[in-house]
Amino acid sequence: MKVLATYNIKGGVGKTATAVNLSYLAAMDGLRVLLWDLDPQAAASFLFRIRPRVKGGGKALIRGSREIDAAIKGTDFDRLDLLPADFTYRNLDLVLGATKKPTRRLARLLAPLAADYDVIFLDCPPGISLLSESVLQATDGLLVPLIPTVLSLRTLDQLTEFIGGLNGKRPDVLAFFSMIDRRKRLHLDIASQLPTERDDVAATAIPSLSLIERMSLERAPVAAFAPRSRAAECYRQLWAEVKDREL
Amino acid sequence: MPAFSQAVVLAASDRGQPGELGVLDTLAPRFSVHSAGRSRTVRRAWLDTFDWRLHRAGLTLEYVTGGRPAELVLTGPAGDQVTQQASRLTWPALAGDLPAGPVRDRLCVAAGIRALLPAARAVSTVQELRVLNEDTKTIAWLTVDRTAVSYPGAAQLPARLQVTAVRGYQPQAERVAQLLADAAGQDGAASGPLDAALAAAGRHAEDYSNKLNIQLSPDMPGRLALRTILLDLLDTIQANVPGTLRDIDTEFLHDLRVAVRRTRSALKLAGDVLPAGLAARFAPEFKWLGDLTTPTRDLDVYLLDYQDMADGLVSAKPAELAPFHDHLVGQRGIEYRRLIRGLRSARFARLISDWRAALSGLGPARSGPRAVDLATARLRRAHQKVLRQGQAISPDSPAERLHDLRKKCKELRYLLEFFASLFDPQAYQRAVKDLKGLQDCLGEFQDRQVQQQELREFASQMMADRDTPATALLAMGELAGQLGLRQHQARDEFAGRFRDFASPASEHRFRVLTGGASQ
Repeated sequence: MKVLATYNIKGGVGKTATAVNLSYLAAMDGLRVLLWDLDPQAAASFLFRIRPRVKGGGKALIRGSREIDAAIKGTDFDRLDLLPADFTYRNLDLVLGATKKPTRRLARLLAPLAADYDVIFLDCPPGISLLSESVLQATDGLLVPLIPTVLSLRTLDQLTEFIGGLNGKRPDVLAFFSMIDRRKRLHLDIASQLPTERDDVAATAIPSLSLIERMSLERAPVAAFAPRSRAAECYRQLWAEVKDREL
Repeated sequence: MPAFSQAVVLAASDRGQPGELGVLDTLAPRFSVHSAGRSRTVRRAWLDTFDWRLHRAGLTLEYVTGGRPAELVLTGPAGDQVTQQASRLTWPALAGDLPAGPVRDRLCVAAGIRALLPAARAVSTVQELRVLNEDTKTIAWLTVDRTAVSYPGAAQLPARLQVTAVRGYQPQAERVAQLLADAAGQDGAASGPLDAALAAAGRHAEDYSNKLNIQLSPDMPGRLALRTILLDLLDTIQANVPGTLRDIDTEFLHDLRVAVRRTRSALKLAGDVLPAGLAARFAPEFKWLGDLTTPTRDLDVYLLDYQDMADGLVSAKPAELAPFHDHLVGQRGIEYRRLIRGLRSARFARLISDWRAALSGLGPARSGPRAVDLATARLRRAHQKVLRQGQAISPDSPAERLHDLRKKCKELRYLLEFFASLFDPQAYQRAVKDLKGLQDCLGEFQDRQVQQQELREFASQMMADRDTPATALLAMGELAGQLGLRQHQARDEFAGRFRDFASPASEHRFRVLTGGASQ
């Protein structure tokens, strides 16, 4: 079982769109996939039409008083399950802080799912917190969507440095450009140049496309409702690259 | 945790296209139903052994072809399923001859040496629908199955809906299943499609068993009780003829043979309640039939035991026994052809039709014992014979004495089985158990002796063939030694087994049985 997380300190960079589309494509590839919507905003749950509610809330899951298994919901797609968000996830830092070895907690919770799933995607809330640290320790591959600006590159460097300083297991970082505005020269320059210079930046970039925004109306992955679209093709390329590197 | 899944059988009149099935309207407004793709056509064969071993174990085996890759689907008592892809299978087939996989592994245990045969065949149109909740989230899959049965009789089954919950949505799926069941007027669990297919042809599962299950009443005339028993045995003989002629598996002949032996015992032990001369007229014919089946069955037993015997060799290598195996197969072919000539002969056809006519025309005797009196008198006599003959056996007695005792034990056992319905079930079980220990020991003794004699004959036959290697004869010699050892062990055990059977406690149990037959 591999654990992949979509993560960025910044919000609104395309984490959820990536998690939803890649988990769908992984399932279409024949893998058994679980997506855990860790963000209390519950966007991934919404996109799969699943109500963001977990009995006992985040506390019960993190403490282990409620089986993760019992909270999992099937999506409308074969082999793709979702562990929904819950509004109480906003307090996960506090709950984690009250456990022993909080940064290893998530890895321990996920370990028993290895029999049922080939890949687990974690869709993380923005920010850098105890939860992020626990995610980093549980993750094999960290997928970091970047908006191609100088500032966001600085953030990637900060993140890489932070991970380098972690004890124990460190995830493999794979950044990729997201929400590229083709009208902006700077976007295009950075997005074409950086992948050739750095091996932690994917060759595939996801443009800013209205079809991706349309996901919130269709409430489904792009490749499910517009399989022949450019957006779907971009995510397929990204998935091929991620699969090649992480699985 | 297996997903919740429940079947609902629709009324025969609800025959619209899946999207128009009237019963689906009852799900609104809470749920809506949407198509999930085109329908597909699949062919199904339900398989079981002739004696319904899978059905008795709560298992259903389907071979599904058409559309997707062909597969075997084995459903357990709790609805749990094991599947295995397997293309171009033909039936009948022994479980051991199926391609390797999880289904075969379970079937080898459940079906054993009996072949799998189609119990029913059908063509189904299958369409999948989604059931959505108010969030337009799929909460269950609805499989609409329209099945036209082609075997054992042609029939259109009512449409069948299978509601399968999406993970995490069991309560809603249960609600959907309940609404559909209510609308279809279904009370409780739906019967399986196999049972429905059989029922449509006027049949039912488990309509054959090699165990006797004859219902008698204590006060019926003894002659009519015997007639009931003999007709039941005749049904068994006839039921096993087609399978024997097609050589589907070894047990058709075995069951046929046992029914013949039981018939002969019934004629011998109680034939005097039949009209004068009837038993004497048919007994030689049934002896002929029994003798006709013996050589093939003996060779079958050898071949069934062959692998164990080969694996049990210590000095010789199992492969050295191969010429013996070839010889057995060759002899079996010769004897089997002789057997089927007999079963296709006018003599056999006449025996069956005359015997049925004779039994069917029987009325009650003007005088004669009631069933229960007949049963107890004959049982006591048979029991006494076993005790008397057994007590006369000493360590020096010749093997023939033990063979005779085995026959008497068999007769006692058959009488118990014929009249089982007249006795208290617990007392009956205990009496059979007492007897069985002794029978097993005597059977081992005699079977091993007969096998040694046969082995000598096989060896001389093979010697006549100059190509037989010496290693094969040496391996057979070792085999004979092992059989002799087992025979000796059985002989050593005999005294103890007989002592148990003749113990005061066992005798008391038998007296309770024959004295306490329900009046």
